Amino acid sequence: MNKTVNQKAWFLILPVLILVAFSAVIPLMTVVNYSVQDTFGNNQFFWAGLDWFRDMLHSDRMWNALSRQLMFSGIILAIEIPLGIYVALNMPKSGFWSSFCLVLMSLPLLIPWNVVGTIWQIFGRVDIGLLGYTLDALGIDYNYTQNSFHAWVTVIVMDVWHWTSLVALLAFAGLRSIPDAYYQAAKIDQASRWAVFRYIELPKMAGVLMIAILLRFMDSFMIYTEPFVVTGGGPGNATTFLSIDLVKMALGQFDLGPAAAFSLMYFLVILVISWVFYTVMTTLDKREGN
Amino acid sequence: MAKITLENLAHSYLPNPATEQDFALKELNHDWADGEAYALLGASGCGKSTLLNIISGLLIPSQGRVLFDGRDVTTLPTADRNIAQVFQFPVVYDTMSVRDNLAFPLKNRGVDAAEIQRRVQKVAEMIGMEDQLGRKARGLTADAKQKISLGRGMVREDVNALLFDEPLTVIDPHMKWELRTQLKKLHTDFGHTMIYVTHDQTEALTFADKVVVMHDGRVVQIGTPQELFERPAHTFVGYFIGSPGMNLFDAQIDGTRARIGEATIDLGAHYTATGRTQIGVRPEFIQLSSGGAGIPARVSRIEDVGRHKIVRLDVAGNEVSMIAGEGEAIPADADRITFAPDGINIYADDWRVAPQGEGAI
Repeated sequence: MNKTVNQKAWFLILPVLILVAFSAVIPLMTVVNYSVQDTFGNNQFFWAGLDWFRDMLHSDRMWNALSRQLMFSGIILAIEIPLGIYVALNMPKSGFWSSFCLVLMSLPLLIPWNVVGTIWQIFGRVDIGLLGYTLDALGIDYNYTQNSFHAWVTVIVMDVWHWTSLVALLAFAGLRSIPDAYYQAAKIDQASRWAVFRYIELPKMAGVLMIAILLRFMDSFMIYTEPFVVTGGGPGNATTFLSIDLVKMALGQFDLGPAAAFSLMYFLVILVISWVFYTVMTTLDKREGN
Repeated sequence: MAKITLENLAHSYLPNPATEQDFALKELNHDWADGEAYALLGASGCGKSTLLNIISGLLIPSQGRVLFDGRDVTTLPTADRNIAQVFQFPVVYDTMSVRDNLAFPLKNRGVDAAEIQRRVQKVAEMIGMEDQLGRKARGLTADAKQKISLGRGMVREDVNALLFDEPLTVIDPHMKWELRTQLKKLHTDFGHTMIYVTHDQTEALTFADKVVVMHDGRVVQIGTPQELFERPAHTFVGYFIGSPGMNLFDAQIDGTRARIGEATIDLGAHYTATGRTQIGVRPEFIQLSSGGAGIPARVSRIEDVGRHKIVRLDVAGNEVSMIAGEGEAIPADADRITFAPDGINIYADDWRVAPQGEGAI
């Protein structure tokens, strides 16, 4: 069979190229551009090579923000994933209450992030907030603006409140796809509740859980709005996560060069962690197949 | 092994069934003899899976009792009945090896390791999977998975009955024969009581000693494949079993004779039938003739299916099928059909009427 060769067909991919160029490549290249230059104002730039990258790699500030960030993502994953599974397992399987729970749980997901921050900012206040006032009245000296442990607890509880539903909904979808025959066979085999979870439910949920973990990891690693509204990164630098620090550096101090280098390294870290995570999960999946 | 008795059993999925129509399974009494292979045959939605789930304990019947060897198990949970069930879609524990899958029911029952090892080995040989014990169950073919589900049932040596709920639906056609033959062999070798639900008559007739035909929530006939073929107790059995199914003619029955339209035929026995009376004749028992006695008919088309020919006839506006041998000539002037006297069954309101002198069935 003779194939018609028509080089003009390349024009068909032009719209996509333009779209991707403007949405991703050009903005990213602007950042790359800043990261290798220095400026003293007046819109004059000088070549700085990899100095900013070297600087950032030796900056305690960035390493501290990174370790806070990793700790935050680790903690919320460790809470949200098991809690989400637990909620999904205990949800009504069908009927009115099932739909009711689904709607109820979708609500936090629909609230804009800065509103979530504002809700918790007020909720936790000692003078007028329900949570802060109650804790105070119970004799617990709760104050998230002064005590960094309290600030951490508040930010983590807020994230758990906001995002556990997502994990629960995904896990629930995974559970609903299991045919009844599996449960019936398990009954006949006299499997315990734990065995049903371990050998039927968990393997069937593995796919959606992987997506849930990946989504929650990426989102939490980039978290900005909610902690910024609640604590502003404080007290001190206690809840200054990577993106908060980055904004401080780029827009507060207007250190364009270091901030651009920081951004690129931030981007690479997310990319690498997500890639490693995905590769590990998929190879585990394949290995189990044989 | 056990004899399973169903006493006045009926089931409705509605909380307060009022009329008979509300029952998915209408009242039924039956003994499943120990060590026999039964097939439960019927169209989709006729209540056969309901019946199976009641026996296995996944469903508690609205009324009646289920007895295993005389012991009432009606409300006992599945696990305490000691039965095994193979489902339509193969159920295996994906993340376990084939060996662990087979050992799972024993481990849950606290059997000791050496005994588990021995029985798993034995069952693996029975289902022909000894050389795959070490691999993960995920990624096996549907028929291999179905064999594992079967093996998980048989690994418990004291199992009361093996139940199959359309187990070959998702299996490739060429594997169906093999698996069915294997099942049949397992039954002859080990003598488990087996109940096999299917809507495929070939599966039912080749597998079972006795076939239970269900229609619209009711058991319409229980019999050997031969009985179902020669003496269908209900018009549904006549047309559901056989390919093509039984032909039915509206007829007036008068003692030893019947009138179909203008024609009169001799029945060869005396019948007393009232209500809506019909004559049922299987395509195998119809012959073509020209002129003389018989019912006027016109050949409308002939389908050659290889081993034989199916002749479609037009009898007073109704389609009638007959089977002719592969080498048999179809005369061009054929305008009559006659029935072999042995192949005639009389039905009143869809139920078979026995001729005088025949033992009740």
